[in-house]
Amino acid sequence: MFPVKELKRSFLISIWFAFLTFPIMVIKVDPIERTVLWRWDNMFFIAFGSFVISILAKVYLLRKERRAGRKKAKKDIAEPFVQRILREPRFLYPLSLAVLVLALVFPMFFSTYQTNIMTTALMYVVLGLGLNIVVGVAGLLDLGYVAFYAVGAYSYALLNLHFGLGFWAVLPIGGLFAAFLGVLLGFPVLRLRGDYLAIVTLGFGEIIRLILENWNDFSQGPSGIANIPRPGFFGMDMSFASGITYIYYIVVALVIITIFVVNRLQNSRLGRAWLALREDEIACQAMGIDKTKTKLIAFSLGAFWAGFVGVIFAAKTTFVNPASFTFLESAIILSIVVLGGMGSIVGVIFGALILILMPEYLRALSEYRMLAFGGILVVMMVFKPDGIISNVRRSYRFKKHHSKEVIEP
Amino acid sequence: MSKAILNVKGLTKNFGGIKAIDKVDLDIHPGEIVALIGPNGAGKTTFFNCLTGIYTPSEGDITLRNPESGKETRLNGMKPNKITEQGMARTFQNIRLFPTMSVLENVMIGRHCRTKALIFGAVFRNPATRREEEEIIATSYDILKKVGLHKQVDEEARNLSYGAQRRLEIGRALATEPFLLLLDEPAAGMNPKETETLVTLIREICKEGHSILLIEHDMKLVMSLSDRIFVMDYGKKIAQGTPEEVRSNPAVIKAYLGEDVDA
Repeated sequence: MFPVKELKRSFLISIWFAFLTFPIMVIKVDPIERTVLWRWDNMFFIAFGSFVISILAKVYLLRKERRAGRKKAKKDIAEPFVQRILREPRFLYPLSLAVLVLALVFPMFFSTYQTNIMTTALMYVVLGLGLNIVVGVAGLLDLGYVAFYAVGAYSYALLNLHFGLGFWAVLPIGGLFAAFLGVLLGFPVLRLRGDYLAIVTLGFGEIIRLILENWNDFSQGPSGIANIPRPGFFGMDMSFASGITYIYYIVVALVIITIFVVNRLQNSRLGRAWLALREDEIACQAMGIDKTKTKLIAFSLGAFWAGFVGVIFAAKTTFVNPASFTFLESAIILSIVVLGGMGSIVGVIFGALILILMPEYLRALSEYRMLAFGGILVVMMVFKPDGIISNVRRSYRFKKHHSKEVIEP
Repeated sequence: MSKAILNVKGLTKNFGGIKAIDKVDLDIHPGEIVALIGPNGAGKTTFFNCLTGIYTPSEGDITLRNPESGKETRLNGMKPNKITEQGMARTFQNIRLFPTMSVLENVMIGRHCRTKALIFGAVFRNPATRREEEEIIATSYDILKKVGLHKQVDEEARNLSYGAQRRLEIGRALATEPFLLLLDEPAAGMNPKETETLVTLIREICKEGHSILLIEHDMKLVMSLSDRIFVMDYGKKIAQGTPEEVRSNPAVIKAYLGEDVDA
């Protein structure tokens, strides 16, 4: 059943791993006793562990291949369970309603601490959905997304500091500022693709952060801006706890709006043009799609959501400084999109919840967070490169009065 | 004869020191099927790329004349998408579909330049946008029926057979409502039966009022389809005329078969 060739391969892999990890896992220098500990048992565990894991991985891949073969022969079987649910409105609507109700009653049953964490996670859902437009749908790899987030946050902080503008006034302004900056970034990078685009956007993200860090007169430098007011509700005074619940509901509302808008955008003329742009730029232009315009719209719409969330972030933490907007933040948002499934709204929501909530609830393992993070991404890329929930292709139904026959998709 | 819809005068394209196209003239009249032939590397595809704006010509003039409105446009230096908007669409030698999009969506993309809903329309889905969207779907479906792919609307484009992919590319180009259609080797790699279907399709398209310029190596197809033929070799136009004239032209025979040693 399992080929001997693969066993041999796994054996070689285990030896190679044992060799690679030899210096850190086997040798231990004790500086006080001035002795060297040789932990040979560790070597054995690593060799054995990597042997087993590589065999399991191979078995999984083989089974997946076989399943793919069967899928070609018989089409209906292989559609994954989740996708089937997403496609069927009769499951999808009650399910989304249940999730919505759950989200609405969440603060009543959980502590302020839990609500706060959930707010953060939902903010990343919006960020992920925003970046999804740029990376997932339009296929433009943007590594500097956090810059727009920073612009939103600083718009609120600065406009409030200098002009006393309130949260609700700044919310659209922050979004528009970020969108404007998206267009500004869009222009010079229009001709770039893939790696080059990634590098330029990465640089752009760093530029914004460095400006915020060093231009003291403008942004108060690394010390940041404190005492940013929380959002108001018709001038009502709110306790700390109810303030947090309030922000939670604002974010829930924002998530709903975002899902609605992004979904409609994806299934529109514009969304199709983005998809086509991702697939083949030259064919796209030859079909009469204005590459410049389409890309700029993608950039600015993506940035728009980041600006929104930035304003909320500033209001939630009541303090902003450049340290919140490092490259790591961009990387996390990008991981959400990639892990969740490029172009898939449900996937991105799952990705955000997993990547943000898991570290919060696994505080005990926080030292290994980055390790786990990297590990998960590698494993995902090998076994499920489309993400947790890949995008459901839309099929179109035809109305009777247009074509003579009605075809069932 | 009515006025030419495409007029190319002295078109030249240099790549560094190499003249890929050297002072080529060409004209197409309404309702014509014109073929552009020549040995490999003669500059035919470069010529197409210049016409459709993918390359900017070094010298010369390309003028497109809309047969209905009579509006003349100089295409030099225009962006590819603007040229498509003017009413000239193309297919590619190495098929360039959108592989993971469905057959229907591929054609719907072609409708892009004839419709206009943007962010506002997409988000609020107002009646105008909805009507437009329905129009896009209906037109696309009709086009798919024309090219014989209406039974595979939801299939991903990459899963189609080779001949079907070529036909889909033609359908996608037709969706942009061109009056002039450029086909770059539409029959390449097709089996005889597929070629036959293609010939019928091209004839039909022509009958519906689209003029066609095609590059092709299949001489049987070229000779049976075209009204006129232009021949290129080493970037220069070496002959033009009806299929009979071209067939007996010594320069063409030389280009294809080489110099006669005995002569």
